[in-house]
Amino acid sequence: MKVRLVDIAHARSGDKGDTANVGVVAMRSEWYSLLARELTRERVAAHFRGMITGGVERFELPNLDALNFLLHGALGGGGTLSLKTDAQGKVFSTALLRMVLDVPDEEARRLNLPSRG
Amino acid sequence: MSRVVRVAAGQGFWGDWLEAPRRQVEGGPIDYLMLDYLAEVTMSILQKQKERDPSMGYARDFVGAMESVFPAVATRGVRVIANAGGVNPPACAAAVREAARKQGVSDRVRIGVVTGDDILPRLDELLSKGHALANMETGAPLTTIRERVLSANAYIGATPIVDALRKGANVVITGRSTDTALTMAPLLHEFEWKLDDWNRLAAGIVAGHIIECGAQCSGGNCLFDWREIPDLANVGYPIVEAQSDGTFYVTKHPGTGGRISRHTVIEQLVYEMGDPREYITPDVIADFTSIKVEDAGPDRVRVFGITGKAPTDKLKVSIAYRAGFKAVGTLVYAWPDAMDKAHAADHVLRQRLERLGLRFDEIHTEFLGANATHGTLAGDGRDAPEVQLRVGVRAAERAPVERFTREIAPLVLNGPPSVTGFAGGRPKTEEVVAYWPALIDKREITPRAELYSS
Repeated sequence: MKVRLVDIAHARSGDKGDTANVGVVAMRSEWYSLLARELTRERVAAHFRGMITGGVERFELPNLDALNFLLHGALGGGGTLSLKTDAQGKVFSTALLRMVLDVPDEEARRLNLPSRG
Repeated sequence: MSRVVRVAAGQGFWGDWLEAPRRQVEGGPIDYLMLDYLAEVTMSILQKQKERDPSMGYARDFVGAMESVFPAVATRGVRVIANAGGVNPPACAAAVREAARKQGVSDRVRIGVVTGDDILPRLDELLSKGHALANMETGAPLTTIRERVLSANAYIGATPIVDALRKGANVVITGRSTDTALTMAPLLHEFEWKLDDWNRLAAGIVAGHIIECGAQCSGGNCLFDWREIPDLANVGYPIVEAQSDGTFYVTKHPGTGGRISRHTVIEQLVYEMGDPREYITPDVIADFTSIKVEDAGPDRVRVFGITGKAPTDKLKVSIAYRAGFKAVGTLVYAWPDAMDKAHAADHVLRQRLERLGLRFDEIHTEFLGANATHGTLAGDGRDAPEVQLRVGVRAAERAPVERFTREIAPLVLNGPPSVTGFAGGRPKTEEVVAYWPALIDKREITPRAELYSS
C-alpha cells in the first residue's frame, strides 16, 4: 500500500551554516519503527538529489519517535550569503514529507496507517 | 510538594511579538522572564550601529519590553535575564536604567551586566598567539578574511549570569551568551546545582532549547495538527516549571491560546539539531537521545531522564565579516502560461546581464508559487494561476549588483507579457555580512558579571 509520509509523520527543519537539519517525528509511537526502517540515509539522499550539494547524515532518537537528518550543502551558502527564499531551510521539513512509502498491506492494516497515496 | 522554579520565555528572537513579555508577567506566577534576542548575524548588525554611535549596539526592543514589565520586577520579585546587550551591554544597561528612572522604579531595579564575550579588540593578539580561529565548516584560517571582520564574540555559558544573580541583580543583561544559558542559569542559581552535576545541567540546557524560540514550542509554526491548534491570535508563550532533580514541566498561562503537548514539544526539540547525542554548550554536553517527554495534562508536558557529560575545553566563536553585495528582484506573471513567461523573462534578463559584461559570484532564479522551496520535488508548475519570478545576484563589488537592480523594471514593458507586481520599485542592494564560526580555548575567555552603576 502507498502511504504518504505527510500522513504519518510531522517535521521541523532549521539551519546551521550551509547545512539544513530535518527532524521527522512519527505521529504515533507505534509508527516509529516503520519510519526508522524506511527512511534510510540513502533514501533521503536520493529524495533530495539535485537540491543539495553535500552528503546526508542520519541520527535516531527512538525516545522521541524521531529521526534527525543533516543535509549538507542545502542552503546556497547558508545564512546571509544565500540568495534562496528558504535561506534558513525552514521548509525542508515538508519537502521531506512529500515522500511516499511502499508498505506491505498486512503491516499497513496492523499499524492502522492512513492511506491516501 | 518540592520547590518549583518558573522560567517564562518572552522573546524568541529580535523582532518577536512585543506583547509577549508583558503577557508572561501578567498572566500568572513566574519567577524569571527569559528574553532571547540574538541570532547568528544580529551581532554584526549591532556592531555596525555601535560604530556609528558608541551609545548603541544592543537590542533596543528590550528597553520597551522592560518598560512593560517594570511593575512586576519592582513589586513582585520577577527577575529578567536577556542577551539584549549585543555588543554593548553597558549601554543597554544605561538605557534600561534611564527607563527605570522615568517610571520611578530605579531604586528597585538592580541591573547586572555580563561582559567578556567580545574578542574583537583582541583578535590580532589571539592570532599572534597561534589561535587560527579557523572556519568550522571550511577549515580556512581567519587570516583569509581578517581585514573584513566586523564583530567577534565567544559564546559564553551560564556561570557569569549566576554570578550576577548572586550579586543581587534582578535584571541581567548579557552579550553573546548562548540562548540556552539564559534558562539554565536561573535553575543553576536557585537549586545550587554543582557545576559538574552533568545530568542536571543538561536538563537545564534542554529546558532552554525547548523555550528559546518562544511560541515555537507552544503551537506557533507547528505542523502537527496545525488546523486544530486553538486561538493563535492569543498564543501563550512557554513556561518551564523546574524541580531540583532536573525534571521539568513545560506549560503556559491559563486562558491563553496555542497548545503544549508531547508533539509540540518534540517538534521544537528537533529544531536546529545536529548530532543529538552531543548537544555541546560551554557548561555541559547534553544527550538528546536521553530525553523523555510525556503529556501531563492539558497544555502540560513532563520532561525528564536527561543525561549529560563534561563539556570540551573550547568555546564557539561567532565572527561576522563583510562578504560583498547582493540584491533580489521580483516580478509576477499571470495565467495563461505563467510559468513559461516567467522562464522567458529570466532568460531575457540573464542575456542582458551577460551582454552588460557584469560579473556575479552567483545568479539564483526561483519561481515562487511553483518550485522555489521544494525544487524538483514540487512538479513543473506549468498550470499555476500565477508565478513570481525571483532573481537574486551576489558579487564581491557593489557596481554589478547596482546595475542588476536597474534591469528588472524594464522587463515590464520590454519582456514577456501578463506581468505585474512591481510596485515596490527597484530592488535594494544590500551589503552581505557573512558568518564565520570558529573555536577558541576556554582559557582565553574570562566572562565577568558586575552590578551596573551609572
